[in-house]
Amino acid sequence: MREILLGGVPRRGLVLLSILLALLVALPIVVNDYLITVLILILYFAYVGQAWNLMMGFAGQLSLGHALYVGLGAYAAAALYVHYGVSPWIGLGASIAISAAAGAIIGFLAFRFGVSGVYFAILTIAFAEFARIGFDHWSWVGGSAGFFLPVANYTRSDLWNLRGSPTMFYYLMLAMTVAAFVLCHLLLRARVGYYWLAIRESPEAAQALGINIFRYKMYAVVLSAAMTSLGGVVFAFYYNNLFPEQVFHISRSIELILGPIIGGIGTLFGPIVGAFVLTALAESLGEIMHAFGIDIPGIKQVFYGVCLLVVVMFLPDGIWPPLSKALGLDGKRIQGGDKPGKSDTGGGG
Amino acid sequence: MAALLELSSVSKSFAGLKAVQDVSFSVPEGSIVALIGPNGAGKTTCFNLVAGVYRPDAGEVRLGGARIDGWRSDQICRAGVGRTFQLVKPFAGLTVMENVIVGALNATAGVREARQKAGEVIEQLGLGPKLDHMASSLTLPERKRLEVARALATGPKILLLDEVMAGLRPTEMDHMVAVLRELNARLGLTILLIEHVMRAVMALSAQVIVLHHGEVIASGPPAQVTRDPAVLECYLGEEAV
Amino acid sequence: MLADPHVPAAIYLNVAVSGLLTGLVYGLMALGLSVIFGVVRVVNFAHGEMMTIAMYIAIALFAAFKLDPLVMLVPIAAVLFALGYVMQRGLINPFINRPEHSQFMLLVAIALIMVNVLLIIFGPDAQSVQTRYAFDSFQLGALIVDATKLYAAIAALAVAAALFAFFRFTLAGKAIRACADNYMGALVVGLNVKQLYALTFGLGAACVGAAGAMMVLLVDVTPPLGPAYTLLAFVIVITGGLGSMPGALLGGVLIGLTEALGGLLFTPSAKSMFAFGLLVLVLLFRPQGILGKRQS
Repeated sequence: MREILLGGVPRRGLVLLSILLALLVALPIVVNDYLITVLILILYFAYVGQAWNLMMGFAGQLSLGHALYVGLGAYAAAALYVHYGVSPWIGLGASIAISAAAGAIIGFLAFRFGVSGVYFAILTIAFAEFARIGFDHWSWVGGSAGFFLPVANYTRSDLWNLRGSPTMFYYLMLAMTVAAFVLCHLLLRARVGYYWLAIRESPEAAQALGINIFRYKMYAVVLSAAMTSLGGVVFAFYYNNLFPEQVFHISRSIELILGPIIGGIGTLFGPIVGAFVLTALAESLGEIMHAFGIDIPGIKQVFYGVCLLVVVMFLPDGIWPPLSKALGLDGKRIQGGDKPGKSDTGGGG
Repeated sequence: MAALLELSSVSKSFAGLKAVQDVSFSVPEGSIVALIGPNGAGKTTCFNLVAGVYRPDAGEVRLGGARIDGWRSDQICRAGVGRTFQLVKPFAGLTVMENVIVGALNATAGVREARQKAGEVIEQLGLGPKLDHMASSLTLPERKRLEVARALATGPKILLLDEVMAGLRPTEMDHMVAVLRELNARLGLTILLIEHVMRAVMALSAQVIVLHHGEVIASGPPAQVTRDPAVLECYLGEEAV
Repeated sequence: MLADPHVPAAIYLNVAVSGLLTGLVYGLMALGLSVIFGVVRVVNFAHGEMMTIAMYIAIALFAAFKLDPLVMLVPIAAVLFALGYVMQRGLINPFINRPEHSQFMLLVAIALIMVNVLLIIFGPDAQSVQTRYAFDSFQLGALIVDATKLYAAIAALAVAAALFAFFRFTLAGKAIRACADNYMGALVVGLNVKQLYALTFGLGAACVGAAGAMMVLLVDVTPPLGPAYTLLAFVIVITGGLGSMPGALLGGVLIGLTEALGGLLFTPSAKSMFAFGLLVLVLLFRPQGILGKRQS
């Protein structure tokens, strides 16, 4: 299900967006520190979810190893900072380059050799696992014992070195999420966006219309990887510690796809809505249980699993499409009744 | 008239089965040629060989004198070959306009131009009222028209149409025939069509090529070919002739 | 990272044999996955998690009643059979005709729930089963074989043989093969495909249950083992050939060997890197696996 583009969104949608944005900008003033950290988490998942969505929702390639790019981006920038004092704003160049290269390798191997579907997903898992084990044994970045960034005090915000209060990180993530959103919107309106959707819907027809499938799939993978790596940079400087077991672990990869799946793959707002709903519900659940004095590790993950199950079973397109319809935001699109992809025979044969 | 598309001694086998055997024919520039034959004769395989879905085992395919056999299908499209599929493949999650824009992008520099061109083609094929409709909501005849519109939007020199008339009502078919005739007359668009519906074949084509068991058994003007005993035999069986 | 070059050849032999035996258990686990994918065409992302459930059942039974897992093999397999049957019938069936990624996500969700429920019930600490023969071994010249590994491997072969026999000789088995070969055809001749799919999933689950009962003798159990084994099962099945039963066993043995020898030649913690390396190579150069059939 493809999202409407800003150009086609009724005035109502634009107004809502502006209000929402204004609210988000003003929020830290009224809200306490704990909520800010929750919001940072939401924005982080919205951002990386959008990056993943680009590959899956737009180009149709299921990646279950996206934590690879988060990790590579995180370690690259962190290593440069810790070992050479390089600011993350410069270090992110390395993060992007390395992640993009990894994405390019995976994409090349997959697309050149015709690896797709479940095989592609497994390939992505394998690479993430490879990185996890590899980094576990790489002492220059701490190995399995972990890599630590010096924690400065939070009285001064040092944006250049990304040392500062949660509020600083909040605005940073907000800016990144908005930028990601705008970027995807622009891409969807351009040739590359149309071609991605064509490839997703029917690669055979797309090729017959002059689309170089390999090239455009590569664009999607590389861009997705590069975008994700920036999320990794923030991850590193926000948490100040990196452990391969955590950063590259498959649960990270699954965590970051929950948002887009629950919100709606292939839609522009899906990842954001999904990240918000999921994190808000999970934190609320945590709070409620805490209030009752129950503390069960793993209950949050079970909750995620159940949410995912429910959405996959009953709302396969995610929350956003029916929600946007209910809010009257889905523009003039006239939906069909039948399932896409079931073509009919021509009769004669 | 020079040949725009030329097949020379093209052969293709699949796991030992000879789908196309030593087939040669040419499609003159600006003409409409029909490729007919019983089921399994190898017609769609020929299309797939021309469009780059398969690579010929032997022989050459030339477009405007240049060899295109062995090229990828997207390269062949960019070279000027537009094709439809027998089992239509609409981009179901996109609207009609968006479907055709994808095609039009092959011939234009940007999306704005493509949108304009797509609009024109959509009008030509009579899909105007359905501009904003999702492709999945279209009826089969409409999907066939969409298929043609999309291929047409790529700005081809030659259009390969695979059984676009099947399943259409007589009025719809007449409309499609009229559109194709007009495109041919006005733009000089060369058309090669696979068809079972004889009415359309007779109405459109200047030349008919008959395939049977992967080989060309007859070729010539429609009136002549339809009276050819070899052709009648392959359709109706030896006894009937 | 490289090992001591003065290691005697006998060690390599022992490690290889140990890897081979463990590999047979891996193979049984992967066999279940292969059967499920070959017939129902569903990618069971919860495969390893199901095995972990079986392992914990074995642990619980052993802790409570001192029952040897190998003795409990059949009941544990039966429990997993029921689980698989119900999963297929209840949850997965409606997803047969849905897009691939929907199916994956369904099973990913199930796997996520399974792992964490196990975490909640059993906690994160490693648990194991210590049978009275846990430290026994057999000696054949320079070869020293762990009793547990040998028994587990024999059990794995026995279960695999039973499965082969089922598919070859029983009516249900043939019906299932028919479904796998030709879904439409099976429907047309009146086979209850839904039932057969559920049966197949149950069988696959039973395999994994049996494998779990054996595996618990060989390793310590923690909940995160689930996803690790799911991945391993996929690596094995893809390497050996998706849809090929002997391929699954062969793949298992190959991976068992690679891991064992890789662990010896390099550091033990890096041994799964070799499995992944093998996987990437297979995916690139022989995607149908060693014994699989090429799908055009």
